[in-house]
Amino acid sequence: MIEVEHLTKNYGLVTAISDVSFSVAPGQIVGFLGPNGAGKSTAMRILACFMPASSGVARVAGHDVFRESMEVRRRIGYLPESVPLYTDMRVAPYLDFVAEVKGVPRGERRRRVADVMDRCMVADVQNRLIGKLSKGYRQRVGLAQAIVSDPEVLILDEPTIGLDPKQITEIRSLIKSLAGQHTVILSTHILPEVSMVCDAVIIINKGSIVAQGPIDTLVEQFFPTARVEVEIGGPPPAVRDRIRAIPGVLSVQDQAIANGAGRYLVEAARGRDVRGELFQLAAQQRWDLLELKRVGMTLEEVFIRIVAGEEAGEEIRA
Amino acid sequence: MRIWPIFKKELRLYFTSPVAWVVFTIFLLIGGYFFYSIFAFFTLASMQSAMNPSMARDLNVTDSVMRPLFSNISVILLLLMPLVTMRLFAEERRAGTIELLLTYPVRDGAVLAGKYLAALVLYAIMIGLTTLYPVIVVYFARLEWGPVLTGYLGLLLMGATFIAVGVFASSLTENQIVASITTFGVLLIFWILGWSADYAGGTTGRVLQFLSLLEHNESFAKGVLDTKDILYYLNFTVLALFLTLRSLEARRWTG
Repeated sequence: MIEVEHLTKNYGLVTAISDVSFSVAPGQIVGFLGPNGAGKSTAMRILACFMPASSGVARVAGHDVFRESMEVRRRIGYLPESVPLYTDMRVAPYLDFVAEVKGVPRGERRRRVADVMDRCMVADVQNRLIGKLSKGYRQRVGLAQAIVSDPEVLILDEPTIGLDPKQITEIRSLIKSLAGQHTVILSTHILPEVSMVCDAVIIINKGSIVAQGPIDTLVEQFFPTARVEVEIGGPPPAVRDRIRAIPGVLSVQDQAIANGAGRYLVEAARGRDVRGELFQLAAQQRWDLLELKRVGMTLEEVFIRIVAGEEAGEEIRA
Repeated sequence: MRIWPIFKKELRLYFTSPVAWVVFTIFLLIGGYFFYSIFAFFTLASMQSAMNPSMARDLNVTDSVMRPLFSNISVILLLLMPLVTMRLFAEERRAGTIELLLTYPVRDGAVLAGKYLAALVLYAIMIGLTTLYPVIVVYFARLEWGPVLTGYLGLLLMGATFIAVGVFASSLTENQIVASITTFGVLLIFWILGWSADYAGGTTGRVLQFLSLLEHNESFAKGVLDTKDILYYLNFTVLALFLTLRSLEARRWTG
């Protein structure tokens, strides 16, 4: 649905993104992840036909964003990061205006506007001036204007920024409900958001893509080990040696040692579950097994590892 | 071309915000004062000429009331119109709403046309309100409607030019004050260009005179319809609108 090939954008001498390539399948929700200033917004602005790229090609539903811009614009809903709305307009007339500009037929407009107001939970403020609304409501009105024409592709730049936790949950479930019929590309720098909402992730740093793919694959790729956290009451040196002796264990790290009990992080080869052996070990040695749990690899760690790795690599090159 | 929704939105915005009402009030207040002064002076002159019949021959209400009124009104417009047009693009740019507007499936030309026509309609309503003055005159004296109609046509064409220049200036900046001062400056320069025509003389003088916004409006108020004047305003308008389109496009590239 979205194909991007070798996209580069320069602002004068500054390169915002360079040689970015990715593709998004129909019905997927893809997260665009990166620190602030990584080039997420620039890539989205190019996809939304707001600005042309310096070089490279971007296609939405098979249409080039530069040469067939009108075809692309008919198929997208876009929410810029700053959520720019006409503050002097009231919610319902504003959405009606957007629907009309986007070519929703006159007969369907009223129903469509009422429908998106319900879905985005802004029906209760439909007669209020947008300028008087809270940030949460504005964000939802922004989302409503993006989906009012029922577009195939949604481009959402930081859709949950500045919301309170309850609103974030609501917006996320709204976006999730769009999957299937809509292709969604959303940017964020909040990592848990991506694992909660998205099917796949594109990690961008300093204008280039550093990793992309389904979240599980990325986690496996960057964390090839399985990790277990264990707390055992016993003499630490002995505990450490015994754990290390279990076949398949790659490393043991101390996390905290206090009052004769120690907390250790055990890394084993992926696919190898050492929890049973740890229990047996403690039982044999008559040590107290206080806690035993598997540690999941979070996207957060993947992200930090990738971005930190990038920086380290750069320093070496420099 | 989806001009209509943009036109509707812009025109509604003029009337739901205080802009239209304040502009109308100030314009009619000053316009009304001008009309009162000119008409009062005319009354005085006609009373004096009752005693001096040779003076009365040159006295004519169309020439002595409506003509100066049109030229006074154009001075108010020179000051007021930049304030009406400054908002059109500059505010969208400052608020960032231009980013959404220019990614909707409408061409830049349709956006421009919608905004331009909204300002033009506001302007037409504004000068339409001044038709009250000739109506008052008709109550007291016989008026020739021909020159009054051409006078209004002249105002309409001149206003169309003012608005086009204002829209162009507004597309260049995100600061409304900068937009309005630029508009005012450009209009004033073209207004007073004709003044130096007398000293310049020769071809330069004629060119300067031809470029003057003021010069072309004079014949309309006299009741003369000259294609030269009509074309001057139309060309000026089209050029300014063309430059606006280019400026919108250029802004896309630089972000």
